[in-house]
Amino acid sequence: MSHVANSKGRGGFIAGFLILPLALYLTFVIWPYIQTFGYSFTNWTGQSPTFDFVGLDNYSALMKDEVFRGALLHNLLLLVFVPTITILIALFFAFMLNAGGRGGAGGVQGVAGSALYKVIYFFPQVLSLAILAVLFGAVYRSDEGGLLNGFLTKLGLVDPAHPIEWLNEPNFVLWCLLLVVVWHGVGFYLVLFSAAMQSIPKDIYEAALLDGAKRAQTFFKVTLPLLWDSVQTSAVYLGIAAMDMFVLVSTMTSGQFGGGPDHHSEVMATVLMRNFLYFGKAGYACAMGVVMLVLTLILSAITLRATRREHVEF
Amino acid sequence: MGSTSAHGENSNGEGFGRRDLIKRSAALGLIVVPTMSFLSACASGSDETTKGNESKVAVTKENPFGVAKGGKLDVVVFKGGYGDDYAKAWEAAFDKKWGTTSSHLSTQEITSKLQPRFNGGNPPDVVDDSGAQQIKLDVLAKGNQLADLTVVLDAPSLDDPAKKVRDTLMPGTIEGGMIGGKFVALQYVYTVWGLWYSGKLFKEKGWTAPKTWPEFMDICQKAKAAGIGGLAHQGKYPYYINVAIMDLIAKKGGLDAMKAIDNLEPNAFANNPVALEAVEAIYEIVEKDLLMAGTNGLTHTESQTQWNQGKAAFITSGSWLENEQLKQTPDDFDMQFLPMPVLPGSKLPFEAIRAGAGEPFIVPEKAANKAGGLEFLRSMLSREWSTLFAQQANSLTVLKDGVDPAVKLRPGTQSAVAALKAAGDNTFNYRYGDWYSEMGTELENASNELMAKRIQPKEWIKRAQAAVDKATKDPNAKNNKRS
Repeated sequence: MSHVANSKGRGGFIAGFLILPLALYLTFVIWPYIQTFGYSFTNWTGQSPTFDFVGLDNYSALMKDEVFRGALLHNLLLLVFVPTITILIALFFAFMLNAGGRGGAGGVQGVAGSALYKVIYFFPQVLSLAILAVLFGAVYRSDEGGLLNGFLTKLGLVDPAHPIEWLNEPNFVLWCLLLVVVWHGVGFYLVLFSAAMQSIPKDIYEAALLDGAKRAQTFFKVTLPLLWDSVQTSAVYLGIAAMDMFVLVSTMTSGQFGGGPDHHSEVMATVLMRNFLYFGKAGYACAMGVVMLVLTLILSAITLRATRREHVEF
Repeated sequence: MGSTSAHGENSNGEGFGRRDLIKRSAALGLIVVPTMSFLSACASGSDETTKGNESKVAVTKENPFGVAKGGKLDVVVFKGGYGDDYAKAWEAAFDKKWGTTSSHLSTQEITSKLQPRFNGGNPPDVVDDSGAQQIKLDVLAKGNQLADLTVVLDAPSLDDPAKKVRDTLMPGTIEGGMIGGKFVALQYVYTVWGLWYSGKLFKEKGWTAPKTWPEFMDICQKAKAAGIGGLAHQGKYPYYINVAIMDLIAKKGGLDAMKAIDNLEPNAFANNPVALEAVEAIYEIVEKDLLMAGTNGLTHTESQTQWNQGKAAFITSGSWLENEQLKQTPDDFDMQFLPMPVLPGSKLPFEAIRAGAGEPFIVPEKAANKAGGLEFLRSMLSREWSTLFAQQANSLTVLKDGVDPAVKLRPGTQSAVAALKAAGDNTFNYRYGDWYSEMGTELENASNELMAKRIQPKEWIKRAQAAVDKATKDPNAKNNKRS
């Protein structure tokens, strides 16, 4: 009897703590989503409190919108490449830093100076995206003043009268942006994977070595399975970043809120913003927002499910 | 829901009724109840704020809008090429006269700062709605957010009470502020657009400013031979190169060619030999490799600075260029304005220029101190305030003879004034950019492709006409007509 009363009282106690955060969450997270959903059925201009209901018009227009479809395709492309490339590079470096050294400890120590490398690798993460945009804007600058063009001109690979217009080349622009994201992300995930690797007991490595495992085998048979949780989390985070990309695209590429040249670097967020703030089609933009939200949710769910493995305890 | 039904005229006739809508929404599931409640909340909120605006002060000849002494005035200005010192000087003068307390916000982020305020029904009293992040005027007008400024035009001028304000303005000012048939924006800065060059560079090389297209191409060739670019343009913002294309069309085909575009006619670009010739002329620059190296990917400041350093002979821009580049321009640069050279057989003479009022100042319909806002605009059109602007911002205003002759102008502005005088009545100005944001953007995208040699002139024409045809579906298209 007293046991039941006790647990009831505890439930109320916990609920008391949860009510305020829950209320805040509902007001500032859930309610705006509901509003966006509502606005997506109107022809709201975004600059006036009056509007008409248009039903599903925005959604049917969205289906036919080639710019938005192109943007969606770009997001999906980034979604495939950003997490894969970032995680592969980060894993490789993390492994080298933690188990790449040779000699004494039987291959379970990092290369010389790995602590310093970690700090250096982490550096890009400290910079905000806005700074990155300026920095890489200078790298990709379309005349000889750009770092890449200046370098290639010096090597004689590029004609100074016709420098490569990196961000104005339809075939390059998306890859140029991808490089920035990867450059930015690798350091952070390297440190994350490093931490996870360090929590793996050394005895496991030693046992593997005694059994005659080579470095690659150690990695695939020991390290990776034990890191799987971290890799999975990283994939979801990087996936969400790849679905966004707004800051880089809007500041680095041409066009209102970026997306240029001629929509070749368009992502959903830039199309959304242009319609929302520049064309005055806020209702239409809200419909895009809803589509983005649904897609992101679906993709996160897929990623978590597809990467599900049996948890390895140690 | 009252205001939404009052707005029903905006929706097209074949839309379904509200009953159907609710049925459909209900079929969709959840949304109806929450949406309805926030809709009505928004609508009623806006009604209340409109009521609070009525002024209680008697209207006199000196005080035509009934400004209350004391009180507050909320001013937001775009801090771009003209800075914001002029606005501070104005506010001080206004506060002194009316005993008001002005709040001053200067920003480049007009949209993000003001969008929530327009939606919330508490906008500022005066806004200089300009810059890359301006709230587009067509969008504001569609939402009935702009006060009708016709009352300012009909009020007595502060300099000469016998005259109305409308009689003191440069030609084109009133047309430049019309959206959907109403005068809603005071375009305050008088601007000319065209090509710019360095007087010093031309003197050194022994070049004379070209008047015809072949002469222009000749100088571009000479520039190439001298190891610099012929034309620079602000590639990241194709707005600028469109100035050149559109000016060639207007000069070759006359005002009718320009109006055909603004009025969205079905042959504005398609089957229009004038438009094709203009685009081909610009494309010739690309084809003959006469652009400044890398200019297609540069921002406006990057390419203008390169031009200031003598890397190209010409650049396209408006007359804000001199003030914008003040720090990057060498002292002996001798900036000079040049009207767009003419194609053979042009209807308008070489002297004709695109000129008109820019930098729109607006008074929001729901401003708390609307009378104060209107009075502020009337004061801007006094000689005293106009001179303050010319001194602080280094540019001309739309007030006729609005600058005290004692103020000395810089060489670029001086040459622009001379060009304006030479043009006389031969000025023109496009309106499509203010009227149809999407069309403007699509024309810019097409030009970006053209300059990068990825499309040919014929394809440009096709895309431009498609953009025009799409704009005819704009609900304001029937009101935005010019003759």
